[in-house]
Amino acid sequence: MIEVEGLVVSRGGRRVIEGCDFVVPKGGILAVLGANGVGKTTLLMTLIGVHRPDAGRCTVGGRTGYVPQLYDVAFSYTAMDIALMGRARHVGLFGAPRQRDYAVVRRFFALMGIADLEERTFNTLSGGQRQLVMIAQALASECEVLILDEPCAALDYKNQRIVIDLLDRLSREHDLTVVFTTHAPQHAVEIASDVLLMYPSAPPLGGARADVLNAANLSALYGVPIGRADFVGREAYTYAPLYGHAGDTAR
Amino acid sequence: MATAPSSDKLATPAVGGRGRRAGSLVLLPLLLVLLVAAMLYSVTIGRYDVSLHEVVSILWSNLVPGSDAQHSQIAQTVVEKVRLPRILAAVLIGFGLAISGAALQGLFRNPLVDPGIIGVTAGAGFGGTLAILLGVSGYGLLAIAFGFGIASVVVVKFLATVGGRTSLLMLVLAGVVVSAFFAAAISIAKLLADPFQKLPAITYWLMGSIASNNYGDVLLLAVAVAPSALVIYLLRYQINIMSLGEERARALGTPIATVRWTILLASAFISAGVVATSGIIGWVGLVMPHVARTFVGADHRRVLPATGLIGAIYLLLVDDIARTATTAEIPLGIITALIGVPVFALILRRLHSHGGWRGD
Repeated sequence: MIEVEGLVVSRGGRRVIEGCDFVVPKGGILAVLGANGVGKTTLLMTLIGVHRPDAGRCTVGGRTGYVPQLYDVAFSYTAMDIALMGRARHVGLFGAPRQRDYAVVRRFFALMGIADLEERTFNTLSGGQRQLVMIAQALASECEVLILDEPCAALDYKNQRIVIDLLDRLSREHDLTVVFTTHAPQHAVEIASDVLLMYPSAPPLGGARADVLNAANLSALYGVPIGRADFVGREAYTYAPLYGHAGDTAR
Repeated sequence: MATAPSSDKLATPAVGGRGRRAGSLVLLPLLLVLLVAAMLYSVTIGRYDVSLHEVVSILWSNLVPGSDAQHSQIAQTVVEKVRLPRILAAVLIGFGLAISGAALQGLFRNPLVDPGIIGVTAGAGFGGTLAILLGVSGYGLLAIAFGFGIASVVVVKFLATVGGRTSLLMLVLAGVVVSAFFAAAISIAKLLADPFQKLPAITYWLMGSIASNNYGDVLLLAVAVAPSALVIYLLRYQINIMSLGEERARALGTPIATVRWTILLASAFISAGVVATSGIIGWVGLVMPHVARTFVGADHRRVLPATGLIGAIYLLLVDDIARTATTAEIPLGIITALIGVPVFALILRRLHSHGGWRGD
């Protein structure tokens, strides 16, 4: 589980996060929403211990695995090479991965249905495949808390579906606590137990999804009108563009 | 309804991972055999012909004293005093520069890095120049050049560390600053040098040559290269992780400061040892890792030993050219550049078209 209380974090002399409170129970899923540059990545880096908080408490129960935003690697590593790097905490400074480490990675590759990618060059994989390999890398550390920075950015709908379903499964079947950032409220609607809204100029608002996620809060969060609709029995949020708005001057 | 092609299918064929791993199981012993063969061949060639039979006899008589000698005294002198130290030096230099280049390329996440980037080459180059200017030779020159090489990496560390933290960018910039400073200092030393004796000596020394290497040089090279190369090899898995980027490596739990400074220091030892004994030999540490990667893939567990062996064979063959192509000796550094530059241009084009390296 994760407990954050009165968290304050600065980067480069600027206060990025101020007065952040939230709790995620073990096996819960927290979706973090907010505009670009509002400190979402900084919050994740604080959770995994790369950034130090200036004040407040940040308790993460269990080892964390981190999945960064998609990027190319400098050399033509295979998917297996990349995922094996997740074993860093289990391999000594002067050591190298052994059969056991390969077995752990293969188990997660199988779980995700990407066993056939093992020997493929990472940089030539599709965005969706690379995202799964990066998640396998984080899981290979045998983490209890999985933290992902925009895991669905740059993915098409089908691959977003695959990643979101995987996170849901990891939380329900493997009791993993999951924290992820996203620009799609729908991802939060689908799988999140808890939601944290990070406002540009007010303290973040965290809580159970049903309490926090609504059209008014989202409109305030992004500074644009967001409407709510019901879609196959579930709520759906959409950017409600400018009906009757001054900007609508095409007529 | 037409079926859309699955987005999971890729146009690019898989570039062998398992194939590469199995290949490297064969490749490493093969490279080792090639290295020994190249060493034996190199002993036989030169202005004085020595047959392979004689070479074996000379080596055997050293291992088993009092065995039946089947070689001339001249052949023994040529092999033991002239060619053998030179061959050992070439092997150590090639191995050391290549493995340190591969490690630094991984550390800096940049395939265009070579061991000169941390300022050690220029520092040691200035040390050697200063020694020649002051009329110091032999072990004195070795000590001064080596000392300046190590001192320059200390200066780089000092310049690059701001507020207790060092960024890779600051390291590169500090390396550029220190290199530029010592390049200017070398120019001043040349300006001050006596133009008929010391200036040619400095110029020739800086071009890089192992023509005059003796067993003392080989010993310094062995001390500088062997432990450093071993340490670099032991950090092979950590270098993989560091090549993802420092923030990523830290998130994965790697002690990045320890790994970084260990690799930098080991590379500094190698470069300082090489420059002190043999002047500036460029392009080996930059190009050889790419050659190794085309055979064994990107994983440093396989790249490091492969690149070391390939570097050793390469420098040995280049030195063979240096001492046999013309009646006069051609400085080694000139030939490594002449061969290295076009090969590197080809590698750059290949990297670009294959997407193996994305600069960002």
